[in-house]
Amino acid sequence: MKEKLVVIGNGMAGIRTIEELLKIDDERYDITVFGAEPYGNYNRIMLSPVLAGDKTIDEIMLNDMQWYKDNNVTLHSGKEVTSIDRVNRKVITDDGTEEAYDRLLIATGSDPFIIPVPGNDLDGVIAFRDIKDVDVMIAAAKEHKHAVVIGGGLLGLEAANGLMQQGMSVTVVHLMDKLMERQMDGPAAAMLRESLEERGLHFLMEAETESIIGKDRVEKVRFKDGSEIYADLVVMAVGIKPNIKLAKEAGIHCERGIVVNDTLQTYDPTIYSVGECAQHRGIAYGLVAPLFEMAKVCANHLAKMGIGRYEGTMTSTKLKVTGIDLFSAGDFTGDETTDELVFQDKARGVYRKIIVKDNKILGAVMYGDTIDGTWYFDLMRDETDISEFRETLLFGQAHLGDSGHGDDNRVAAMSDNAEICGCNGVTKGEIVNAITVNKIFTLDEVRAHTKASSSCGSCTGLVEALMSHTLGGEYSTAPHLKPMCGCTDKSHDTVREAIETQEFKSVRTVMDAMEWKTPDGCSKCRPAINYYLVCKFPELNLDDSQSRFINERAHANIQGDGTYSVIPRMWGGMTTPQELRAVADAAEKFKLKTVHVTGGQRIGLYGLKKEELPAIWNDLNKAGMVSGHAYGKALRTVKTCVGKEWCRFGTQDSTGLGIKLEKMSWGSWMPHKFKMAASGCPRNCAEATIKDYGVVCVDSGYEIHVGGNGGIKVRATDLLCNVETEEEVLEYSAAYIQLYREEAHYLERTAPWIERMGLNHIKEALVDNSARRKELAERFNYSQTFMQDDPWEERAKGGEAHEFTPIKVMG
Amino acid sequence: MMSDWIEVGTLNDIPKLGARVVQRAEGDIAVFRTADDKIFALRDKCPHKGGQLSQGIVHGDRVACPMHDWKIGLENGIAIAPDEGCAASFPIKMEGEKIMLSLTPNEGCPNK
Repeated sequence: MKEKLVVIGNGMAGIRTIEELLKIDDERYDITVFGAEPYGNYNRIMLSPVLAGDKTIDEIMLNDMQWYKDNNVTLHSGKEVTSIDRVNRKVITDDGTEEAYDRLLIATGSDPFIIPVPGNDLDGVIAFRDIKDVDVMIAAAKEHKHAVVIGGGLLGLEAANGLMQQGMSVTVVHLMDKLMERQMDGPAAAMLRESLEERGLHFLMEAETESIIGKDRVEKVRFKDGSEIYADLVVMAVGIKPNIKLAKEAGIHCERGIVVNDTLQTYDPTIYSVGECAQHRGIAYGLVAPLFEMAKVCANHLAKMGIGRYEGTMTSTKLKVTGIDLFSAGDFTGDETTDELVFQDKARGVYRKIIVKDNKILGAVMYGDTIDGTWYFDLMRDETDISEFRETLLFGQAHLGDSGHGDDNRVAAMSDNAEICGCNGVTKGEIVNAITVNKIFTLDEVRAHTKASSSCGSCTGLVEALMSHTLGGEYSTAPHLKPMCGCTDKSHDTVREAIETQEFKSVRTVMDAMEWKTPDGCSKCRPAINYYLVCKFPELNLDDSQSRFINERAHANIQGDGTYSVIPRMWGGMTTPQELRAVADAAEKFKLKTVHVTGGQRIGLYGLKKEELPAIWNDLNKAGMVSGHAYGKALRTVKTCVGKEWCRFGTQDSTGLGIKLEKMSWGSWMPHKFKMAASGCPRNCAEATIKDYGVVCVDSGYEIHVGGNGGIKVRATDLLCNVETEEEVLEYSAAYIQLYREEAHYLERTAPWIERMGLNHIKEALVDNSARRKELAERFNYSQTFMQDDPWEERAKGGEAHEFTPIKVMG
Repeated sequence: MMSDWIEVGTLNDIPKLGARVVQRAEGDIAVFRTADDKIFALRDKCPHKGGQLSQGIVHGDRVACPMHDWKIGLENGIAIAPDEGCAASFPIKMEGEKIMLSLTPNEGCPNK
């Protein structure tokens, strides 16, 4: 018969222990969990983002009811265990349920500390601990105005920020003279307070609460000095106390918490305790990282492997308030035997202090820019000798080697046992291993496999950098398993290869031959296949308009209200009085509300009915204007500055070059939109270094930059090479576009494509191998001979009429 | 109300895996044609943000809204889970070559 394991507490510590246990041994125990809250297990440290409205409850659920079912774990939610009968080895609940155990795990967590002042039981006085508290706060914010948060520590500030986001006027009351005194030193705390005040929080420092006043509901808070402030809601966030009542009553040795040894056993060896209720080597932790480490060791011991020992956790802290970055770890005050390394730039809001003793880091406080927090924390835990780079230590890891390319280089430089995810204790080595062994590609998969980045999320950037480093660097050997979409198991690359080798000539034959699981594909795969066909066989005119998104089918951009916008091409950003007159005439004739100058130096006309499109195109065509493809996965614009014709700094004819680039490449279908720019000098007024292909003219010729991107994730270009003539710029451009067209996945911009393939790959194809470059450019130019017909002209003359007219108009 | 059947055109007026619009003062109706020449009619208004379903990509017996890629069932106008909502469906049938559409929506969807 299986042994019985009973867990008291359905929180992060208890459930994490079960998860760790099931990973190593899912046979040994029948598991029963008792939880007082009526939910599955959720991520308690993410309650602050829920309160601030950045996340929903569903998003922070860690284990839903299905998880318990799937893992044969019996959950009694909403039942409270009221006593432990150690003699007969059973637990008893408030409704009389009895459950026998062979091993018992107490993970009852902690209770918020409620200050013993008169009025602390009034309506509207709460703690900040669980979903119920968050619900109360959100409800209060809807009806009331004034909130007082007692406690200027981590939790109090997160609560205050959340309430402010919910629209309340919030005052934080703190007993000490500086905020977060357990994590921050004076200067950092002052900077934190300043920036929170800028956001609208109020602070009352060195204020001791005397009483809370009100009839039924709280009305005021009174302080020892006699002053009072209005309050419709009081949140107490002054600390937690381990919840040890059950253990104590059962005669288990407790001090501040339930005392446990290095295998997380209490004085009764059949009873374990983990999480915030446990006290290990004199410390009761209130943070998430130690709790996960305890869970690992405890599970190990429950599985009778007995090899792990918990030896305490070195903790670090981050504040989860969007836009405020602070980090603290270890001993950040120091004494007369330690050295203090300080960097402070008040105007930039940056502060760093590192405490060093015998060339080893003892602790660190950072405010503003905390990107190197993990690095310092690693150096501290590994007790690394820093004498070699002590003089640049304060400037961060990027200053160790070359000039630094952000996260990518940083993760590359990390050792395998460097911790990436502080919440879950996941190292670089474990993540890399998970990526390569399980052949995983997405952040979600990394989260599912390793738990990295799944708790507070602050390491997400590092995990992503690690993924791109791991997958991108070894691209040629990485497996291509990620399916295009739910319609197939085939990846983009597999489908493309099949189109090339088996010469499929229609979307339908590709789907049939490659055993699509759905009858007609979907809005993800059909446009992709259609593009791959058009790209491979430009001469055959295989385009299937029903596999195109509406914008490309209608050659205009659909807008939120169902009308369309039209943006004619203005070559290299140049226009003429005649063109402007035609644009103005059209705007008047079609009564357009909005005429807008776009970011790519074109003019957009907004508010056209679909039926009107062929008519306006006809008018624009007459003035010599053609489609600007602002709607397409295609060349959008070539942005230019006026160059040496006018500008006293100009080194080359950037405008002329821009026009040539645009004339060469317009009309080509691509995996995604594609933007170019040509700047006349290194001042770079055309912003060429955030374009897919950017040219910066210099005195000696032209710098060619690739893979830049504005938008959500800004990426500056990589320098591909320098060339001397315009002809070379054009040849490189054609070759580069063709390489992108042939290799990138549909809907992949050049920036992620280059990051996936690596810049060296691009350089090998274009710079190191001139024969390959010429072939690519030739293929592009050949393809262009079939692509450069103005789609507007054809439709203005009546083509595709069904697209632009209703089938019937009712009176 | 059998009297409100109207003729809207022929099958060949609509591209396979495509749609056309019947314009009405009360709100447009989208008429869809699937790969196997079945026809369906839905109120041309996605339950999500009012996108024109007629401009979406038709696949199987669904259409993907062009605005935010919600998938709507052509048969009944109901959004495919996890999304929720519906666009009213209208009775539609072939009479010989002609497509006949009823302007009285089927019961059950408030988004008419």
